[in-house]
Amino acid sequence: MNSSLRLRLLLPLAVFVLIVAFLWVGLSRDPREVPSPLVGKAAPLFTLPQLHASDKTLGTADMKGQVWLLNVWASWCVSCRIEHPLLVELAKANVVPVIGLNYKDKTPEGIAWLAQHGDPYKLSVVDADGRVGIDWGVYGVPETFVVDKNGVIRYKQIGPLTKDALEQKILPLVRELRKA
Amino acid sequence: MMRSLLPRACAFAGALAAALVIAWPAGVLAQADPAFEARLKRLEEELRCLVCQNQSLADSSAPLAEDLRREVRGLAAAGKNDEEIKTFLVDRYGDFVLYRPPVKSTTWLLWYGPFILLAGGGVVWWLIARRRGRRADGDEDDVAVPGATPAAPDAAAATGVARARALLDNPLD
Repeated sequence: MNSSLRLRLLLPLAVFVLIVAFLWVGLSRDPREVPSPLVGKAAPLFTLPQLHASDKTLGTADMKGQVWLLNVWASWCVSCRIEHPLLVELAKANVVPVIGLNYKDKTPEGIAWLAQHGDPYKLSVVDADGRVGIDWGVYGVPETFVVDKNGVIRYKQIGPLTKDALEQKILPLVRELRKA
Repeated sequence: MMRSLLPRACAFAGALAAALVIAWPAGVLAQADPAFEARLKRLEEELRCLVCQNQSLADSSAPLAEDLRREVRGLAAAGKNDEEIKTFLVDRYGDFVLYRPPVKSTTWLLWYGPFILLAGGGVVWWLIARRRGRRADGDEDDVAVPGATPAAPDAAAATGVARARALLDNPLD
């Protein structure tokens, strides 16, 4: 077999393999997971009223100096229920403070939801009109951010937390950031 | 589940919005400054809704799209230009919100890939054309010249024709 004939036979195979490789990678990705430009940048500042005490506020400044999680949730968000047991478990283990951002919710409904499903949050703050959500680039509740001691976002989980994400990414990252 | 219901929710919200627009008194929409509205519409068509990802901000009726339209309107009313508004959204949601992604190292393949493929196709086409041309030069049989006497079939072709004829005559042999 001469080389030009061999090339002619192998070329379609090579093109096929290339297309398969592209599709394999492309189709296995979740198009809903848009990488956040905020990872590695300073967390957008906010000062918001607390869910359980609307006369008090909590802000990003209050969390300075510690590693913390911001979990965006709402009583209307169905997939929040999926991740909620994990958060409750995490709260029991007392590993890392989790601040809840009650996103575009009605306060009484948010409070009732926590009473029913358990309250894993150190505190929840109210983002009634979703403005802070926009600043944090929230587009699909639930979302969870890891913020370091200097107030820099280090990781963003889009969609419900999973045991895998928590144990393999978030908690090791929290431990590492603690040491820093 | 919220996510799996999203397409349906988007469709429903779209239908609802359409119904609202039809039912809306014409006077309310006409009050606004048409040039400003046209500019907003043009800008929103360039921006992607992150919830209904195949819809622009202008088309989508997802709650987030409504919030972002409100935000865009607010920024535009505050005198920000289109670039500043786009930067505001890109800072929060990334280049993904732009239907026209910027040219940078990570998007080179996206922008220039089609031209590379086109050039590759051109090279293949040229190679094939050259080979055909060379074969036509070397082998007169391939070229039919009107008025010229057909060249005598060579020995191999003649045996082939004879074999084919024999097979047609005695198919059961």
